[in-house]
Amino acid sequence: MSVSDPQAWNPADPRSRPNREQVLAGLRGTDAGGPELVQLLTPEGERVPDARFDGYAADIDAETLKSLYRDMVLVRRADREGNALQRQGQLGIWVPLLGQEAAQIGAGRALLPTDMVFPSYREHGVAWCRGIDPTDLLGIFRGTDHGSWDPLEKRFHLYTIVIGNQCLNATGYAMGQRFEGRVGNGTDATADAPDEATMCFFGDGATSQGDVHEGFVWAAAYDAPVVFYCQNNQWAISVPLERQTRVPLYERARGYGFPGVRVDGNDVIACLAVARWALEECRSGNGRDELELWKLKDPIERVRVNLVREHGVDQSFFDGVAAEADELAARLREFCLAMPDPAPDRMFTEVYAEASPQVEAQREEFLAYHASFATDGEA
Amino acid sequence: MAVLTMAKALNDGLRKAMEADPRVLVMGEDVGKLGGVFRITDGLQKDFGEERVLDTPLSESGIIGTAVGLAIRGFRPVCEIQFDGFVFPGYDQIVSQLAKVHFRSQGKVPMPVVVRIPFGGGIGAVEHHSESPESLFAHVAGLKVVACSNSNDAYWMIQQAISTDDPVIFFEPKRRYWEKAEVDVESTPSPLLRSRVLREGTDVTVATYGPSVRTCLDAAVAAETDGTSLEVVDLRTLSPLDLDPVFESVRRTGRLVVVSEAPPESSVTSEIAARVQQECFHSLEAPVLRVTGFDTPYPPSKCEDDYLPDLDRVLDAVDRSKAW
Ligand SMILES: Cc1ncc(C[n+]2csc(CCOP(=O)(O)OP(=O)(O)O)c2C)c(N)n1
Ligand SMILES: [Mg+2]
Repeated sequence: MSVSDPQAWNPADPRSRPNREQVLAGLRGTDAGGPELVQLLTPEGERVPDARFDGYAADIDAETLKSLYRDMVLVRRADREGNALQRQGQLGIWVPLLGQEAAQIGAGRALLPTDMVFPSYREHGVAWCRGIDPTDLLGIFRGTDHGSWDPLEKRFHLYTIVIGNQCLNATGYAMGQRFEGRVGNGTDATADAPDEATMCFFGDGATSQGDVHEGFVWAAAYDAPVVFYCQNNQWAISVPLERQTRVPLYERARGYGFPGVRVDGNDVIACLAVARWALEECRSGNGRDELELWKLKDPIERVRVNLVREHGVDQSFFDGVAAEADELAARLREFCLAMPDPAPDRMFTEVYAEASPQVEAQREEFLAYHASFATDGEA
Repeated sequence: MAVLTMAKALNDGLRKAMEADPRVLVMGEDVGKLGGVFRITDGLQKDFGEERVLDTPLSESGIIGTAVGLAIRGFRPVCEIQFDGFVFPGYDQIVSQLAKVHFRSQGKVPMPVVVRIPFGGGIGAVEHHSESPESLFAHVAGLKVVACSNSNDAYWMIQQAISTDDPVIFFEPKRRYWEKAEVDVESTPSPLLRSRVLREGTDVTVATYGPSVRTCLDAAVAAETDGTSLEVVDLRTLSPLDLDPVFESVRRTGRLVVVSEAPPESSVTSEIAARVQQECFHSLEAPVLRVTGFDTPYPPSKCEDDYLPDLDRVLDAVDRSKAW
């Protein structure tokens, strides 16, 4: 069975039939996203055609889908372990990605190594796709650092906690990509200097912030190659979507002068395909898109059903992924428990690129003060 | 006398202010259904309705900017900023409009707006949740800036701030929200813009505010066992400063230690040091010493115990002052 031929699904084949729980889980995961909702994989696990975006999913064969499934299961397991570590007091807080696995893995897998990402604080799944090990996220939530990866090397900026700030930063970065001529070179692009794009992540609540609107305006004004990727999980803490908007969020894009697409955020194939399309638009010089990832709830089960039904994947694969996920969780836990506290004078380091005499003086004073306790103790 | 947490005292104070004046509104992110992330506005929306307790869109510039407009229309908005580090999207509206409308309108348009900001560290939080930005507001003409330190003050100061016809930036020491103390709901409180001597002493004056008040009172108890008598002044108002009680105290003790979690550079604490050396120059036996955060970004929380003034650092400064 191939994805490009969804009709090959045979309802008479027991492998094709989801159990009751799977159907219910799938149904719960979707409801009225509107006729505009892009969906390539239904909640029942059926691959359906889409004239506009099928071209961006044509290479998704059984192996690719299995690897998407694996990514989603692993990041969910790491996420659940983060949650458990928080409950046990090992982390000060954990920001869960639960339910947003397809949106994040779809986007993350659409990015090329040379693209840039500006996350909010929840994109553990995108971080995973950028080669950032989940252990590298722990410091933020344990309070040992503000992010330990190299944002330039990984092309994944630090998490941004002040809601919306990153949308302007992403736009500025994308303006730089354009100013450096890194868009629209098509087949003239070289391996050294490929076309690039930027992807910016934020939530539905964030869309009320000035920085987000200003990011939209600037991206349009400068044709900046940036994809605004709004994960609409319907809530900003206790505040429902209706308080932030009276129109579907993707429709706002038109008012700024660029396309907006509403994607089923529980459909990893649609997320991947539409993200690829949007990034390609940006790299080719057509500039800025807004994607709204609608209703983030239960994205993994439908992939599993599809793998069973349409690709005949057997249980040993799923068992293997589950075992791998448990190993990852164990590694995360072990790492967390062994994390050293930062050196006491960490706060004085790297405040400036060129050291400040004032900060250095405070560091000296601080160290002398601490040393005085050591001598007191010995005396 | 009731024994209340500071959180409950603030909640009661807000409720009383809303009962007293139907033009008082509460607005902010999650303040309605949820009652605020610290539950300071708990139950208010249920009792006063959605048009007096507004769960706003997620936008601090929007919260402050529309509060300015509501105040022009005659309302008395009380804005909640969820955490200290999130006030900055609203800083433009605070500095450019809230602080200046009364002056620009030649007094025709008052700005009775309160901006409540839970501030300070010590709660093991991620970035932007532990800052002490009060000096950035004290520096702005047109704003009144206050900080409560205990339940009784919280209960009264919030009501006084709401009845003030000027904008008041109201700092609440979040790590003290759950500390209990007596609240005297009967007797007339001290005026909002007055500092207060909380503990009398003879050897060294300690001036402080907000979350550090508790630290300094504890330090005074510890110092007493060593035979050192500390006088502790709770500043309460940071702009305008009410330093007469500090001057009076320093003229007796000759020594002053100022304590605050904020970075020291160009701050409330440096302002106090400058004024005390002007007013009390001949009485000083030692330079004014400061115990503060550092001129660094607020560090990751595993470092915060080293960043925040604690009892030992206060006592160390007291010793240095005495040994001068
Ligand atoms: C400027 C700012 N104001 C307030 C907050 C506190 N806060 C943290 S998460 C959040 C809700 C965000 O909702 P949304 O944008 O939908 O993202 P989600 O968390 O749902 O992914 C708020 C208000 C913040 N981090 N930054
Ligand atoms: Mg949300």
